[in-house]
Amino acid sequence: MTHPRPESHTPDPGFRERSIWSKETQERAARIVARYPLRRSAVMPLLYLAMREEGYLTDEGMEEVSRWCGITPAQVYAVASFYTMYKREPVGRYLISCCTSISCMLLGSDEVMHSIEESSGVPHGETDEEGLVSVEHAECIGACGGAPALQVNYELIEGVTPEKARDLVQWLRAARPEVLDGDEMQQLFGTRRSFDWAIREEEGAIGPYPAFGPLGTVGES
Amino acid sequence: MKTPLVVTRRMTEHPADSHTIERYEATGGYSQAKRALGMTREQLVEEVKTSGLLGRGGAAFSTGLKWSFLAEERPSYVVINADESEPGTFKDRQLMERDPHQMVEGTIITAVANQAHLAFIYVRGEYAKPARRVQKAIEEAYAKGYLGSGIFGSDYELDMVVHLGAGAYICGEETALINSLEGVRGEPRLKPPYFPAAKGLYMKPTIVNNVETVSNLPHILAMGAEGYATLTPSEDSGTFLMSLSGHVARPGNYELHHGITWRELIYETGGGIPDGRELKAWIPGGASAPWFVPDRHLDLEITKEATNAAGSMLGSGAIIVVDDTTCMVRATERIVRFFAHESCGQCTPCREGTTWLEQVLRRIEDGMGRPVDLALMLDVSDGISVGLDWPPKMTTICPLGPSAISPILALRDYFSDEVQEHVRLGGCPFREVRAHA
Ligand SMILES: Cc1cc2nc3c(=O)[nH]c(=O)nc-3n(C[C@H](O)[C@H](O)[C@H](O)COP(=O)(O)O)c2cc1C
Ligand code: SF4
Ligand code: FES
Repeated sequence: MTHPRPESHTPDPGFRERSIWSKETQERAARIVARYPLRRSAVMPLLYLAMREEGYLTDEGMEEVSRWCGITPAQVYAVASFYTMYKREPVGRYLISCCTSISCMLLGSDEVMHSIEESSGVPHGETDEEGLVSVEHAECIGACGGAPALQVNYELIEGVTPEKARDLVQWLRAARPEVLDGDEMQQLFGTRRSFDWAIREEEGAIGPYPAFGPLGTVGES
Repeated sequence: MKTPLVVTRRMTEHPADSHTIERYEATGGYSQAKRALGMTREQLVEEVKTSGLLGRGGAAFSTGLKWSFLAEERPSYVVINADESEPGTFKDRQLMERDPHQMVEGTIITAVANQAHLAFIYVRGEYAKPARRVQKAIEEAYAKGYLGSGIFGSDYELDMVVHLGAGAYICGEETALINSLEGVRGEPRLKPPYFPAAKGLYMKPTIVNNVETVSNLPHILAMGAEGYATLTPSEDSGTFLMSLSGHVARPGNYELHHGITWRELIYETGGGIPDGRELKAWIPGGASAPWFVPDRHLDLEITKEATNAAGSMLGSGAIIVVDDTTCMVRATERIVRFFAHESCGQCTPCREGTTWLEQVLRRIEDGMGRPVDLALMLDVSDGISVGLDWPPKMTTICPLGPSAISPILALRDYFSDEVQEHVRLGGCPFREVRAHA
């Protein structure tokens, strides 16, 4: 059993001139690549950047990532298709991921999921016509002490009920927040938490990918 | 005995600001990383070995021993496993959100002991908030000169990078995690030869440790190996974070020592089963672990040995409790579904077997089961792990496949009547119970 040797080639010098990304995103990409001993290792964070640029992973986005990493588009595609968080189809501005794993199931997650699907009119794995709300069921999101739990753009809400889940869908459609604030959502739509969150955060999510500074996805509220 | 708090002490005593560098330093933080720089690799490895520290990622392997296996070639790397995705487990999330500097300091100590100049923190993608907290802590540590070149005024250089996963449980397995970091698909590698300590990241010697494991290190250096080893009366050194979830009155993370009984954990710590219902069964160590039942296991001591001897494991420290209104077929289906979804697909028994098991379980739950289905499931399980033994025999590259059959063993050993009842009734006998619960 051999293991695929990581290889990456120095990109051809002119590749940035042909970049489909904004100058700001290119700056971020350059900083991200510099964090790793091998360019190829940057493929995962760069895929998130590509999602941020275009809302989801397009073929062009994956090709761009391949140039930054010095690997082929097929190699990038092989990585992207391995993970559930890389969306290769358009997703809504708000991605609701409802945990239906064992601990949440025991406390009623299937009813919560049903309520989300029914109130949004969007079944698992799909997006509404407007491109606003996507719905999926997820495996354990590490909030089992506050089950049932869900995430919107990977910001957590614990102790959700079917009623609160319906309210959440209505709120997303009516309020259309630019930045999703986890503390606010927990206050509005959550109850029991796995542990005391204690500290209020100033940051939140701006799209269906994790809000994490180095990727440039954290908005100021 | 009340357990002395170690890794959750700061967040318990200073809930409002335990995550800040000011609070961390005011409570002794970063003094042990600085001390570690004055110690040799041999001294550090010996200290951690003597402390008896066991890895908290699931395998409970001696951390000092693991470090001692680091091959001589350089550079070496350190990778912190913050991929926490085992259903039922949410302890590392609390450690990262509430005391990120403790983990950063533990990582510095791990890097110094293993002569690494680059450490990665691999955080699961869904943990955006914990990742933000850790990133902030790392930036603060850089600003103070605790990371970067010449840390703590020494000539040691250390960089630390947070790497986000993207929703694949299998990347928690250390060799899959390494592949993921290298920028290829997160599929496990064969061990041997790819033991990380010999051929890890970029084929270089690599130490992979869990968040909770390294969060203990500053305390081990502060209290001394002997002090840590004798902190609690248990044969397993130190304290353990246990994540309680499911049908318990007080779910949550609890820092406890080993040696208490399951009865104490579930009824005293967890406050018992809500709404006057009865305890039916529990999982002692994450979804990968075989189930325990009250008749046989309630008064068993919670230790690594005793749990293994009884045919299960403490794994990731996640205890999932179910009451008597729970359908075991449905619970099993949910766990097997997880493994079927998360199988990386490299090994046929795991890829095909888990999917098959999931389908059979769903058919039984939906009232279309046949009398031979239990035997069929055991047969399929035998194909994934020959002999259905504990610890499971491996026919696969990694332990994920064999983990998937843990709940099937419970159906065989304790709940075969319940399976047959589904078949006889042509449906789930618990539907009604649940609807009125
Ligand atoms: C399928 C599978 C999933 C795993 N997931 C995790 C995980 O999420 N976090 C973790 O720390 N260890 C996980 N492990 C264990 C790691 O492979 C490894 O043993 C651990 O990170 C070593 O750290 P420790 O010695 O500090 O426990 C997993 C193992 C397997 C087989
Ligand atoms: S046992 Fe399953 S998850 Fe593990 S390597 Fe094989 S196919 Fe992948
Ligand atoms: S089972 Fe739902 S968060 Fe863990």
